[in-house]
Amino acid sequence: MREPTTEVSTAEPQSQATVVPPRIEVDDVTQAGQERHSDLEVKMSVRNLDFWYGKSQALFDNSIDYYQNRVTAIIGPSGCGKSTHIRCLNRIYELYRDHKASGEIVLDGNNVLGSGVDVLDVRRRVGMIFQKPSPFPMTVFENIAYGLKLFYKLNRSELRDRVEDALRRAALWDEVKDKLNEPGTGLSGGQQQRLCIARTIATEPEVVLMDEPCSAIDPIATGKIEDLIEELKHQYTILIVTHNMQQAARVSEYTAFFFQGYIVEFGETTKLFSNPDQKQTEDYITGRFG
Amino acid sequence: MRALSEVPHRSVAGRRSSDIVIKVLAWIAASLGIALMGWVIVVCVQRGIAAWNWDFFTQLPTPVGEPGGGIANALVGTLIMTALATALGVPAGFFAGVYLAEFGKNSRFAHGMRMVTNVMMGIPSIIVGLFSYMLLVPTLGTFSGWAGALALAVIMLPVMARTTEDILNLVPNEMRESALAVGAPRWRATLGVVVKAARAGLLTGAILAVVRVSGETAPLLFTALNSAYWTIDPGQPYANLTVTIYQYANSPFPDWQEKAWGASLLIIVLVLGANITVRLIAQRGKQ
Ligand SMILES: Nc1ncnc2c1ncn2[C@@H]1O[C@H](COP(=O)(O)OP(=O)(O)O)[C@@H](O)[C@H]1O
Ligand SMILES: [Mg+2]
Repeated sequence: MREPTTEVSTAEPQSQATVVPPRIEVDDVTQAGQERHSDLEVKMSVRNLDFWYGKSQALFDNSIDYYQNRVTAIIGPSGCGKSTHIRCLNRIYELYRDHKASGEIVLDGNNVLGSGVDVLDVRRRVGMIFQKPSPFPMTVFENIAYGLKLFYKLNRSELRDRVEDALRRAALWDEVKDKLNEPGTGLSGGQQQRLCIARTIATEPEVVLMDEPCSAIDPIATGKIEDLIEELKHQYTILIVTHNMQQAARVSEYTAFFFQGYIVEFGETTKLFSNPDQKQTEDYITGRFG
Repeated sequence: MRALSEVPHRSVAGRRSSDIVIKVLAWIAASLGIALMGWVIVVCVQRGIAAWNWDFFTQLPTPVGEPGGGIANALVGTLIMTALATALGVPAGFFAGVYLAEFGKNSRFAHGMRMVTNVMMGIPSIIVGLFSYMLLVPTLGTFSGWAGALALAVIMLPVMARTTEDILNLVPNEMRESALAVGAPRWRATLGVVVKAARAGLLTGAILAVVRVSGETAPLLFTALNSAYWTIDPGQPYANLTVTIYQYANSPFPDWQEKAWGASLLIIVLVLGANITVRLIAQRGKQ
C-alpha cells in the first residue's frame, strides 16, 4: 500500500461520477465494531439518515455508531457529505429552511431528530467546532462565558473559574491570561480556533463535533489542536472531519469513509488504513481519486 | 483550435487609450461633483458666517423689521423633533431589517415587505408629509412637532430597514451557526451575536438615516409648520431650521435672508459633523 497522501483532494473529480457506491448493511458495521469492542459504549447512533438540500439529496441511508470517549475520524473526498452528516448531529442545519433530515440519531437513548426534543439542550450536549474559527464579537472572557451564561446562573467568581478552566483545558490560558478583556478576534487564527474549542467545552458537552478544525490554520497550531484532541477524548466523544489522512490516522481510533453521501466503510482506523474491506476506500486512501 | 500565439492580438495601444479615456471621464465627473459641492459650501460660508454671532444661537427671532435676534428656538426644535423621529423611525427600521435579514429572508411576506420598503424610499417626502398631516393634524387640531416627527420617522424607517438588512447580510453564517451551536436560542444569537458583530455598521446606518432627514423641509411645511417661540412641548406648531430657512429666504428683508444663510450653514456643519462621526466609527470598527 502506498503512503496516504493529502494531495488526493486535488485529484480529478470526474472519477467520482462513474463509481457507483455500494450499499453497506448496517448490521455488518455495528457487529464488526461490537465483536471486538463489546466493552465500548455507543454514545451516538445514527440510523438510516437521509438528508436533502431542497430537492437534492446529499446523504443516503447513513447508519453508524459513535463510541464513547473515542475519536472517530470522518474522511472522504470533498463534497461527499461529511459536513452535512455531522451538521445533522446537533441539528444546526435547521437554520436553513429547505434543509431536511430524516432517520434517527440516538443520543443516550433519545432520538435527537424527534419532534419533542429540546434542541437547545441537544446543542449543549453536542458541541461543534467549525472549519473557520469564528470568535464572537466580544472579549476573550465573554466568548467563553457566553455559553455558560446561557445555561447556568453563576456568580462572578464561579464564572471566572470556569472560564479559566476551559481556557486551560484548551491549552490557551497561558497565551491569553493577560488578554481576557481584549476582543477575541484579535487573537491569531490558531488561538481563535482553540478559543472556539474552549467556548465549546466550557459548558461540558458530551460529544464534540469538529468539521475540519485545522484546515484554516498553520501546522504548529494544528499540532496543538491534535494534542488537545488527544487530551479531550478522555472526557468527550469526538468526531472529527478531516481532509488530511495522516491526521485521521494520528488522532482517531475509528474512521468512517464517506463517498457520494454514503458511508462506504467504518472500522478501526488502523484496520481501515492498512487493510480496507472496500475497493473505494482503498482507492481513496491510496490517492487514486479525490 | 488555433494556438493563441497564432491568433491576431488586440492592440495594446487601443486598450491603453480607452483606459485613459475612462479615467479622464471619471476624473471629470468626480471633480465636477466635488466642485459643485465645494461651491455650495463656500457660498453658505460666505453669506452665512455674517449671521453667526452669539445672539444668532441664543435668541428668539425678533418681530418683522426689528434687527437682531436669532434662531435658537429653531435649532432646539429641530434637534428635539429629529430626536423624536429617530426614537420612532430607527428602532422600527432596525427591527424591520432584522426581520428581513434573519427571519423573513425568502418568504413571501419578506419579499412583499422589501418591495414596500423600496417604494417607500422612492416616495417624495412631501407626500409623506401629507400622510402625516392627514393622520395627526385634524386629530390634534393643530400643526405640531408630533406630526413633523412622524413624517421624518416615516422617511427614516425604510432607509434604516434597508441598511440594517444589507449590513446583517454581511455577517457570515458561521457567526449565526457558532452562536446556535453553543445552545443559544435564535433571538439571542441574533441580538447578542449577529447584531453585535454588525454594530459599527448599524450605528453608521442609523446616523445616515438621521442625516437623510436633517434637510427635509417639504414634509414639515404642513405638519410641524414653524414657530417664533420656544417650543419644547411637541403638541404645538414646532420651530425648526429648514422651514425657517424657507420662510426667511423668501422674505424681502436682507436681515432675514442673511439669517437663512446662517441657518443653512448651521445645517451643513451638523451634517458634516455627523459624517465625520460615521467615519470615526467605521475606522474604529475596522480595528
Ligand atoms: N447549502 C447547500 N445547499 C445545497 N447543496 C449543498 C449545500 N451544502 C452542501 N451541499 C452539497 O451537498 C453535498 C455534500 O456537501 P458537504 O457535506 O459540504 O461535503 P463535504 O463536507 O464532505 O465536503 C455536496 O454535493 C454539496 O455540493
Ligand atoms: Mg465540509
